[in-house]
Amino acid sequence: MYSKGFRPLSIATVVALASALALVFFYAPNDADQGFVQKIFYVHVPMAIVALGGWVAGGLMAIKHLRSGDRSWDVRSYVAIHLSIILGVGVLVTGAIWARASWGHWWVWDEPVLVSFLIVFLLYCVYYPLRFSIEDPERQARYSSVFAITAGAFVPLNFIAVRLAESFTHPRVLSQTGGNLPGEMRLTFLVSLAAMTLLFVTLWKLELASKNASAQLKRLRTKLNARLAA
Amino acid sequence: MIRAARAILVKDLRLELRTKESVPAMTLFTVTVYVLFHFGLDRDTLEGSLASGVLWVTLLLAAVVGVARLFAAEREQGGIDGLLLAPVDRTALFVAKAAALFLFLCAVEIVALPAFALLLLGPDLLEPLPRLLPILLLANAGLAAVGALVAALATATRAPELIMPLLLLPLLVPVLIGAAEASEPLLRDDPVADRLGRWLGLLTLYDVVFVLLSVAVFDYLLED
Amino acid sequence: MIELEGLERRFGDRVALEGITLDVPEGATLAVLGPNGAGKTTLLRVLAGLLRPHGGRVRVAGADLPRERWRIPARVGYLGHDALLYRELSGRENLSYHAELHGVDGDRVEELLAAVGMGRRADEPLRDLSRGMVQRLAVARAVLHDPPLLLLDEPRSHLDPGVGEALEPLIGRGSGRTRVLASHDVDGALDEADLALGLRGGRQAFAGVATAAQARELYR
Repeated sequence: MYSKGFRPLSIATVVALASALALVFFYAPNDADQGFVQKIFYVHVPMAIVALGGWVAGGLMAIKHLRSGDRSWDVRSYVAIHLSIILGVGVLVTGAIWARASWGHWWVWDEPVLVSFLIVFLLYCVYYPLRFSIEDPERQARYSSVFAITAGAFVPLNFIAVRLAESFTHPRVLSQTGGNLPGEMRLTFLVSLAAMTLLFVTLWKLELASKNASAQLKRLRTKLNARLAA
Repeated sequence: MIRAARAILVKDLRLELRTKESVPAMTLFTVTVYVLFHFGLDRDTLEGSLASGVLWVTLLLAAVVGVARLFAAEREQGGIDGLLLAPVDRTALFVAKAAALFLFLCAVEIVALPAFALLLLGPDLLEPLPRLLPILLLANAGLAAVGALVAALATATRAPELIMPLLLLPLLVPVLIGAAEASEPLLRDDPVADRLGRWLGLLTLYDVVFVLLSVAVFDYLLED
Repeated sequence: MIELEGLERRFGDRVALEGITLDVPEGATLAVLGPNGAGKTTLLRVLAGLLRPHGGRVRVAGADLPRERWRIPARVGYLGHDALLYRELSGRENLSYHAELHGVDGDRVEELLAAVGMGRRADEPLRDLSRGMVQRLAVARAVLHDPPLLLLDEPRSHLDPGVGEALEPLIGRGSGRTRVLASHDVDGALDEADLALGLRGGRQAFAGVATAAQARELYR
């Protein structure tokens, strides 16, 4: 069921990643101020966007789970959130590297997106202890979904709050992100974003397929044991 | 639903008056933390952003103390079963618990604010007080709604005391931002309500979103 | 009143109940017997709507579980191991609270306080009362809303024998309600039961009319 459309998807992902890498290294111009390190922007920002998207998508899938009672939606939600958390680590690490290159510090509070991302990341880290400390599987799924929805609604609210707070103390330094990118940088950025998104979806499907297979194996094993015992 | 919510709220208030468990502890905690800040910051008086920050971080932490005990009576005396056995909407339970927490926070603030003015605040508190009131009420509403939701979420886990603060504090960051930013210009020697509307707007948005969300999802909690 | 077919309930990987099948007609008394851990309490909690059944067909008091769980509270009275009462509040306060939740009149509270013999000490907090008195109040709570089905988990534990008789019209055969009674008192339970369900390791050893000898087999 999960393998449908998987091959074209993985091929597309590889193509996109290769193109993105090519563009980043050979096409996009070196930044005048920061030099080569600025190119980490092409990893950092798409990663952040995809992670946030993954978390919000996890929340939407959780809504589907609660409304339909179909636990496969909860598994999808879990994988989306879990992959986004891993991406989140990457976002914070690349963000720190970029901050060091741009402003000389490993962490700055000037970037509302990065700051709000840190808060959201801290929240989502609690997903694991919450989920895995509930033993009953049905209850675990339900509570995880409630969390996913709450945290998903929190993402935009938090972003607004932090943005409001920072906009008065630190005028926005981001002339690099946001709308006004020169043509070559824009293209590279968009391709990187597409590649990151495809990568995420591919990994998501891959992990779901793997979970599905283990669940089927477990079911068969239980059936076999029952039959042998009888 | 309202009748059931009122019944649960009255029961919780009665229990609190009888046991005097949450509110005195939260209040004492707040005052103690003020003393800690005095030593930690090595300051006799605070004003502006520092005062605002200390005030609100302390209140947030006091809320955490309150949330920890919100479902305690139910957990310890089998009350959750009692609620499940009554023909009561889970939403009524949410409204009651959030209302109780809201009232507890208001009670704590009645003592904590004068204590703050006495111990740490440099400028006068009475003058900006009328403009601080809406900030307090809106912040309390957000704390109460999210507090009740998180309390219910944490109850199902094996270690609720650990999970609850980890879950609650990041979620409360927007409340902290809104309340602290709004209070900052008011806690100065010549208080001025600078961009107050914007911050009250943020707090209101937060409250509306989380009250609606909690009401919607609460039915899926506390079962089984 | 109760129709079960292949009822199943798990806790994680552990199967607590499996393949439970029986029918209990209205007005009858069912005795649920078995050693500790056999699943008696779990079964009662499923019937009370406190636990969701994981498999099989379950119909209690006209409600299909788990789909129509919301219908159960009005029609079922549950008396479990916990009194489900707040220790810091008085008997009257506790019962009034439950009465409010069920939409029951205050007069009924007074009526029941008298019926369980707690009229005089109704205003003392529960932590000042003996376990037997608390149990009496728990009985009052269970029948407060006049439910047609009673689920009783060791109802006579902590009670003086004389008090047990006084509560007969409320929770005994004389009450006219359909009853499910879980108990270790094999002979006593079988005496007042029309049907019996024997549980052992979550599975039913027998269902229907049973003898004391069959029941004692469960404990071997």
